[in-house]
Amino acid sequence: MKNDYRARNHPAWWAFLVHRLSGLALSIFLPFHFWALGQALQGEARLNTLLRWTEQPLVKFAETMLVLLLAAHLTGGLRLLALEFLPWRGWQKSLLGWAAGAALAAGLAFLLNLV
Amino acid sequence: MNMLQVSVWRGAASGGYRAYDVPREESQSVLDVVTYIQRSIDPTLAYRFACRVGMCGACAMTVNGVARWTCRTHVAKVAKGNAIQIAPLANLPVVKDLVTDMREFFDKWARARGQFAPRSTRKDDFARVASGSPERVAANAGIECIGCAVCYASCDVVSWNPDYLGPAALNRAWTLVNDVRDGARGERLAAVAGDAGCHACHTHLSCSERCPKNITPTASIAGLKRAVALAAWKGEL
Repeated sequence: MKNDYRARNHPAWWAFLVHRLSGLALSIFLPFHFWALGQALQGEARLNTLLRWTEQPLVKFAETMLVLLLAAHLTGGLRLLALEFLPWRGWQKSLLGWAAGAALAAGLAFLLNLV
Repeated sequence: MNMLQVSVWRGAASGGYRAYDVPREESQSVLDVVTYIQRSIDPTLAYRFACRVGMCGACAMTVNGVARWTCRTHVAKVAKGNAIQIAPLANLPVVKDLVTDMREFFDKWARARGQFAPRSTRKDDFARVASGSPERVAANAGIECIGCAVCYASCDVVSWNPDYLGPAALNRAWTLVNDVRDGARGERLAAVAGDAGCHACHTHLSCSERCPKNITPTASIAGLKRAVALAAWKGEL
């Protein structure tokens, strides 16, 4: 028999899912990131047009989500490194809380800087 | 009388859930419920148990979707309303109803070199292991495993890769890696270093979350990863 969602419904499995999905989303974004930077090669005007386009509220919202994903992936990765390399002390759930909190704080700080 | 609606898996790999009404009791365990069904309603129900006190590891089943030791699981803790669903453990072939075939699970302990290989003989003096030594402390953390296969049934990597040795076998290997009396460290690290060994763990921590003995096989697997990496670095693998 196979497990369903009920067997996976615990904080560490959700952390795994967030880490995996944020990694996938970031790897999809990366080519666009390089493409945007590449616009500078076409001259100042071209880059400025793109930068003006990114001033739109919807793009800024997407940017905030991107920062959140990046922060979640970074803190999730640090958490995994701690699990793999530091002595085990049964604090993996606190670590999860710290990772989620730090990721959220980074996203909110970015948002506050915008408004 | 307050009745509990129990849905129990009947059949083998193919089968279905059958509904039973079982009287609610105070301090009733899930194993009590299964035993009531077999003794008072349907004697053809197959399930496995032995000690009833959380020592033998025989009675693990899937209760409301989560692998648990049923003898120490109170109905009051897991029932959703007045309903409970009981199925055999996941990731193991079903023999009949709630009984799973544990052969593969225990064969993997052997494949992970889970046997103690003494360095000394009976003619040698007793080994003296300081209780506070780092190796003894690491072995102690994993040694209370009762072989119930709750971790194995909860592990997604076992579902994805049937060759994966699984949390219990790797935890056993880690306790022996830390046993200073053992003489098969190299062979054991080689046995757990393959594609289906410790490096296949995805750190979901389902094993550690569900272990009824509060062991953290994830910590043991992380220890094996470090030990294997160090041995490979030194050219010992």
